[in-house]
Amino acid sequence: MAVASARKLKLQWKSIWEAIAGASWPWRITLVYLALMLFLPMLAMFLKATSGSPVQFWKIATSSVAMSAYDVTFVTALITALINGVFGTIIAWVLVRYEFPMKRIIDAAIDIPFAIPTAVAGLTIATVYSENGWIGSLLAPFGIKVAFTRLGVAVAMLFISLPFVVRTLQPVLREIEPELEEAALCLGATKSQTFIRVILPPLLPAIITGIALGFSRAVGEYGSVVIVASNIPFKDLSAPVLVFQRLEQYDAYGATVIGTVLLLVSLVILVGINLIQAWERRYAEK
Amino acid sequence: MQRSKKTGVQEILIGLVIAYLALILFIPAINVFYQAFKYGLAPFFGNFAKPEFLHAIQLTLIIALIVVPVNAVFGLCAAWAIARHKIPGRAFIISIIDLPFSISPVVAGLMLVLLYGRIGILGPLMEFTNMKIIFALPGMIIATAFVTLPFVARSVIPVLEETGPEQEEAAKTLGAKDWQIFWRVTLPNIRWGLLYGLILTNARSMGEFGAVAVVSGNIIGKTQTLPLYVEEAYKQYQTQAAFSAAVLLGCLGVITLILKEILERKTTIKDEA
Repeated sequence: MAVASARKLKLQWKSIWEAIAGASWPWRITLVYLALMLFLPMLAMFLKATSGSPVQFWKIATSSVAMSAYDVTFVTALITALINGVFGTIIAWVLVRYEFPMKRIIDAAIDIPFAIPTAVAGLTIATVYSENGWIGSLLAPFGIKVAFTRLGVAVAMLFISLPFVVRTLQPVLREIEPELEEAALCLGATKSQTFIRVILPPLLPAIITGIALGFSRAVGEYGSVVIVASNIPFKDLSAPVLVFQRLEQYDAYGATVIGTVLLLVSLVILVGINLIQAWERRYAEK
Repeated sequence: MQRSKKTGVQEILIGLVIAYLALILFIPAINVFYQAFKYGLAPFFGNFAKPEFLHAIQLTLIIALIVVPVNAVFGLCAAWAIARHKIPGRAFIISIIDLPFSISPVVAGLMLVLLYGRIGILGPLMEFTNMKIIFALPGMIIATAFVTLPFVARSVIPVLEETGPEQEEAAKTLGAKDWQIFWRVTLPNIRWGLLYGLILTNARSMGEFGAVAVVSGNIIGKTQTLPLYVEEAYKQYQTQAAFSAAVLLGCLGVITLILKEILERKTTIKDEA
């Protein structure tokens, strides 16, 4: 009996081994690299996160410093993602529909936030929006301080999440047939009705995807935010900066707890984006 | 089109876009170059006399030189594996490859500290073998490879899917070996997509801040890359030095954008992305 089950086990192992050995080299490299680079580090974090009791985890995850950091990170990221949702839609519309001088250069420049390192973005935003900077000096007489406040965090987030809505929307906008709009206009719809009822619905999945991608990026942003903000708790300390500070204070568990919250939020957004895209595909097929 | 011209909607929207982009994008971008060169070229070139600055440039280049080829090999393998096989859960695998884009760089760095650091689960092994990964170059390379992992695969998959397997199958029927098919058929077909991915990988490798900041310990003259140098100089109120370093990275960004634009004109990748 024991011999039989042992043999069975051996066979099972053999078949798993054969499946791996039978896979082609690209597959093997892909899986091994993903395992080493992605799963192993995630496993390490999972083990650390579960090393304390759930009560302890909850206490740190909902401590007042952490709560205010979530407030700074998530609320600011949401507001900036929505602002970029509106402006991104207008930018994509203008770039696809209108002709004007320097259009190509402006179109290419949308990708600046992808091409410029975040540390440089933080440095230049902190300078431009400081009290004696180009834009900051214009705002200072009104008592508006941007650099080293939460507003500065918002500007940094606006910068880094700008391209997402524009870039997800442009290809969809290009594919829309102008006949639909013309038909709506011919049938007596006003321009605003045409926009809201005819043009906007098919664009919505792309806009929402872009907003979600921008939000996700803004939530995780460290480089530009840490330079623009003063990083004072309860004022403009964001969650990723808090993770970094905890680690610097040799509080690895505290860093892990807040890092896990951030990770879970990004995973939820990722699943959400996938669902939206599935919905978009269904929309496209109809 | 004609109608919107009459109502002036077009002009208002274009003006709005340019004003918004100026505030958020253009003025900050121009400011990098202005601040770096406002006292002429002397402060910029003076920076090159500092050993820690030169070391930061060197380290940034070394990391990119290692990370770009490694992630290129992985990206090509993953793209081929995904694009050439009808496997269940394909979207799921692509999502997994995309994970590093949605994980905060700081969290990515934290994961590596928890894995390879002194307190990490491989900590005893590191100590036993006398290997140093965290607060040293290997950790910075791994962190950079982590955050740039998806770029090549993401740029190559759509191109591979578009070309289809027919040419490769024809080559195989004619008796070509696997590596011959890769060099002579597949690679020429995907070259622009691959190059696009390599450019993005390179830009992010040289510019990565968060993940590298966590694992490097930012030891001046040892584990300080160019982006870390920018932050350090700024914190030390050496704004001029910070901008001299930033303008180098800014130039990298401009070159990246120009190359990207050229490649996008050559391919239709922009519509695929």
